[in-house]
Amino acid sequence: MQPITLHSFDGGIHPQENKHQSTQSPIAQLPVPAQVIVPVGQHIGAPADVVVAVGDSVLKGQIIAKPKGFVSAAVHAPTSGKVTAIEQRELPHSSGLEGTCVVIDTDGKDQWLEEIANGDQAIADYLEADNDILNNRIRDCGITGMGGASFPTSVKMAVKGKKIDTLIINAAECEPYITADDMLMRERGLDAIRGIQIMMKLTQADNCLIGIEDNKPEAIKAMEDALHKMHGEHHITVVTIPTKYPSGGEKQLIKILTGKEVPSGGIPAAIGIVCQNIGTCEAVYRAVAEGKPLISRITTITGDSIEQPQNVDVLIGTPVKHLLEFAGFKQEKSLFQKLLGGKSKAESKSRIIMGGPMMGFTLSSDELPIIKSSNCILAPSQKELPANDIASACIRCGLCTEACPADLLPQQLYWFSKAGELDKAEQHNIADCIECGACSYVCPSEIPLVQYYRHAKGAIKEERASQQKSDRSKIRFEARQDRLDREAAEKEAKRKARAATAEKAQAAKKAAALAQQKEAAEEAAKNGDAPVAEAIKPEPVDLEKLQKQLDAAQAGLKKSMDKVAEIKAAAENSDAPIENLEVFEKAVANRRDKVKLLAVQITEAKKLAPPVVKVASREDIEKKLRAQQDRIDKTQQRFQLAQEQGLDTLPALQKGLDKQMQKLKELEAELAQFDKAGV
Amino acid sequence: MSSILIAILLLATLAVIFGAILGFAAVRFKVEGNPIVDQIDNLLPQTQCGQCSYPGCKPYAEAIAAGESINKCPPGGESTIIALADLLGVEPEPLDAEHGAEKDAVMVAIIREDECIGCTKCIQACPIDAIMGAAKQMHTVIADECTGCDLCVEPCPVDCIDMIPIETTLQTWHWDKPEDLIATSEQSHEKNLEQGVH
Amino acid sequence: MSSNSSFTNITSPHAHGGNTTSRIMLLVILATVPGIIALTYFFGWGNLINIVLASITALTCEALILKIRKRPILFSLKDNSALLTAVLLGIALPPFVPWWVTVVAVSFAMVFAKHLYGGLGNNPFNPAMVGYALVLISFPVQMTTTWALPFFLAPDTLIPGQGIIPAQVMSFTDTLGVIFSNTNSLANGFTDAFTGATPLDTYKHLAKNETSIEILQGPLFADASLGGSASNWFAGGWEFVNIAFLIGGLALLALRLFTWHIPFSVLAALGTCSMLFGWDADLYVPWSLHIFTGATMLCAFFIATDPVTASTTPLGKIIYGAGIGILIFVIRTWGAYPDAVAFAVLLMNFAAPLIDTYTQPRTYGHEKAKRGLVTKPDTNSNKEG
Repeated sequence: MQPITLHSFDGGIHPQENKHQSTQSPIAQLPVPAQVIVPVGQHIGAPADVVVAVGDSVLKGQIIAKPKGFVSAAVHAPTSGKVTAIEQRELPHSSGLEGTCVVIDTDGKDQWLEEIANGDQAIADYLEADNDILNNRIRDCGITGMGGASFPTSVKMAVKGKKIDTLIINAAECEPYITADDMLMRERGLDAIRGIQIMMKLTQADNCLIGIEDNKPEAIKAMEDALHKMHGEHHITVVTIPTKYPSGGEKQLIKILTGKEVPSGGIPAAIGIVCQNIGTCEAVYRAVAEGKPLISRITTITGDSIEQPQNVDVLIGTPVKHLLEFAGFKQEKSLFQKLLGGKSKAESKSRIIMGGPMMGFTLSSDELPIIKSSNCILAPSQKELPANDIASACIRCGLCTEACPADLLPQQLYWFSKAGELDKAEQHNIADCIECGACSYVCPSEIPLVQYYRHAKGAIKEERASQQKSDRSKIRFEARQDRLDREAAEKEAKRKARAATAEKAQAAKKAAALAQQKEAAEEAAKNGDAPVAEAIKPEPVDLEKLQKQLDAAQAGLKKSMDKVAEIKAAAENSDAPIENLEVFEKAVANRRDKVKLLAVQITEAKKLAPPVVKVASREDIEKKLRAQQDRIDKTQQRFQLAQEQGLDTLPALQKGLDKQMQKLKELEAELAQFDKAGV
Repeated sequence: MSSILIAILLLATLAVIFGAILGFAAVRFKVEGNPIVDQIDNLLPQTQCGQCSYPGCKPYAEAIAAGESINKCPPGGESTIIALADLLGVEPEPLDAEHGAEKDAVMVAIIREDECIGCTKCIQACPIDAIMGAAKQMHTVIADECTGCDLCVEPCPVDCIDMIPIETTLQTWHWDKPEDLIATSEQSHEKNLEQGVH
Repeated sequence: MSSNSSFTNITSPHAHGGNTTSRIMLLVILATVPGIIALTYFFGWGNLINIVLASITALTCEALILKIRKRPILFSLKDNSALLTAVLLGIALPPFVPWWVTVVAVSFAMVFAKHLYGGLGNNPFNPAMVGYALVLISFPVQMTTTWALPFFLAPDTLIPGQGIIPAQVMSFTDTLGVIFSNTNSLANGFTDAFTGATPLDTYKHLAKNETSIEILQGPLFADASLGGSASNWFAGGWEFVNIAFLIGGLALLALRLFTWHIPFSVLAALGTCSMLFGWDADLYVPWSLHIFTGATMLCAFFIATDPVTASTTPLGKIIYGAGIGILIFVIRTWGAYPDAVAFAVLLMNFAAPLIDTYTQPRTYGHEKAKRGLVTKPDTNSNKEG
């Protein structure tokens, strides 16, 4: 019926399927539990932001956490009730770490949100609707991949720019024990097909291949019947593939159905393929056609410790305990205990595995909730799945290499992981390991190979992060050194500049002084007073400067004192607060100090300076003589006037005149002496 | 006799030829600088803490290239010593306890902001400028950049800096390596299961 | 029921295929049984006695050294690897070799070639071959002169009153005597009638002077049990032994205990080399003798396939096997020893790690295989899964 050539991947194993136990009865509806614990970070990408508060009443399907960023998904209340806590709770994850969870105490009414109940959210003609509207609906309804990885579906469907040839639907369900997809196809196959149509529209794929393993004949028939019911061209083909683990791995399924390999480190969209789980398809249909968000899923509950293994439709957030109680959990007892009867302290170790026997992880308690990716709860007995014996030495038999579906060398990876030679492990492509567990399954020495690889991958990631951090630290350290050097250099430069200007000023002074000296010397040489001139010349300049400074300081002091008086006066007149009084008083004090200082400096300078010998040149004396003569003339004039007018100033004038005459006589004598001494 | 002579001549010629090749290679392929220092520096953890008694990782790398012992770096720990021993072809030695013990968890510094007085002493002490702040302004440690070197704790006059271990998150958690259970004494299968095999 | 202590946290996978090391080793031992029967039929009780002796020695040695190494004894002994080494040595050593040679070979193999390297899985060299090579080099006389002749070459005995009793192998008690005591030994010619050179040795020596037709007329070849003129191309007794080992090996192949690569490449390489050279059968041993005499089949299926010391990558296995085949031919033809299996295997054991490094297969999703030594990994080539 199918013109598709099947390819094959290397390796793979054929474990016991153990699927018949849980397919004996139809999907059961699990009753609403008393409390649901809904983690907000169930998907790949950023955890959603909580939008409800403690104490809020919520209805079924109501959004309780909004997606954060592009790669994120919404989270909805699985049933109606009241939010009693939003806190850190242990997540169903191998690490046992905690994450934000919204805890809702259910009210048993299971009442849908009104918009959903009356169909407002549904998109009627979804095959004609705009792709963006469809994708937004998928995003708002919190649809994530239900095959186990929980990748937000709306992000996967947003393939703008990439040409998608084939949509591959993963209905292989290759892991033993799990039958959730099998039962989904049998009972809800038509809805799933409709969901596939929506996805084909979104991705604009040319055709669709549904890969189902041949151990599910009823499911294959159900899907083919459903396809017959579809009208028009649907380009969907049901392909039966041989049963082999792990043919349900995305990469392996793509190879089987198309023969192409997903490039390492890349996504299937790179080779024109989008792969989705069949459960996701049904959820998409519900979201688009009925407006219902993802709040429940089909989970297989099976294992020899379960009394009635079956598939159940369970609300997200239901504690595993509720499921175990529904299906009946037989706590394992040793033979000894059975003989003794009743409880005994040394209870045998039970395991609850979330997921299948090959890739599931053990839960630390049964209080943990079901999340969107929990496709199976497996409670095996010791006899059914005995715990591994102590690992013995690797005999390098190579059975793991034969079993590996990714064509790796698990043996070498084991040696490298064990020895911590992470660079060699990386070179042997440990990053391509899909952690399917086929190698551990076949290992005759019962070595926990997958744990070694998981550890090595984590260690490589850690090392890379710390290497990047230490590179950054190095850059920061060097930047800091540069900054300190730069600051030191600037300081040095400033200091040098100041020193240079000071020197220059000094040099300029010296040069000026030298020039003046030269001038005076020339003058003196002209007038014959050569030697004396040199010593005195620098001093008068300094003294002058100091004198000028003193005058300025005194002026400033006066100003400040005036200002203070002004303020005081103003303060007396009005009741306004005296703001600047202190400042100005301080200024006054400062200036006073300065004046004092300068006065001291001047006296000292004067002391140091040699006695100034006034050199009187002939010209000077003549000048003085003339000046004196003028003065006498003036005084004589006044005297005559006073005499004429009979003023009281007459005697004073007479005295002054006498003095001036005397001075004149002295000057004349000096001149005569000068003439005598000089040449 | 002549055969001995021929043998000697032949060997001598070979020696000359190979010596010439080596000499040529030494000149033609000479590497500038001292790449070994950079290689050593790349292995060191770059915390610039100074616990090795050198002012930073590069000076210690230079010292190692000059012959210093390789076991003085506590933040690098055992793995760094082994990596250095591998690179240099020397024997790995246990960590020199004088310079501090290897810490189990990586720490980051955190400032209790209520108590910070803005004195900038810690900013000056941080070798990689991972503390933001200014005089009389709040100081805070940039947690992503902090290497846990401990140098800021001492200078703080109000002792408001704590060293706390980094918490594992879902993004940083990974499985431990399975224990090597080739036991050194007889252990029953049951006992191993009890302790949690793998 | 909800308390944490009731649940154990272990990594996936939680299912296991049920295959164990001891089962594998036991199957290999069982597969040698047809060969052992053939050996006993044609060559007497010597091999069987040696096997028993070797097994006892091996188990004792291993227990002793495990005790010294402070390892769990029963746990390690129960993986049957010591037993397998002993059986292989017992088959490979000449039937009449003195007991102490066997003991030396086995204890050396156990202690030096296996445990001093770290025990099972850590030895780089095949322990049985190491033991064999040691005694071959140390005790050449004992190793080369104690080979048995096939029973039909033993003399007919005339017992008065009972007539002529046709040729048969040396009796059990006599064989015990030869092996364990010095009285009825090589020195006093007791075993002369029963021992002789191996066919390969014989052909090689005779080829210097005689043509192939002449050689093949010799008793070792002409009296071979496979009838017809074609029988001349096989050596008496040995061809059945090899066929028996071939059957055992094929059974192991069917059980998928190892892959076809190594046995196929050993035989193919040896066959090709011997055919290439064997056109001149006067000078070189013909290919039929190469393949069906000596320890060829034993080597191809039981010794070369020893997983611990062989190459691990598929292409690597072919190169490894081919190397062994070629070396067997080379050493047999131009080397000093008539049977070269031990040395060929040991030499290729040296090369196995290097072969592994350069024959990595192409991983899913990569275009080319990443072969060779580690280079600086690209930081953005592989995203984490």
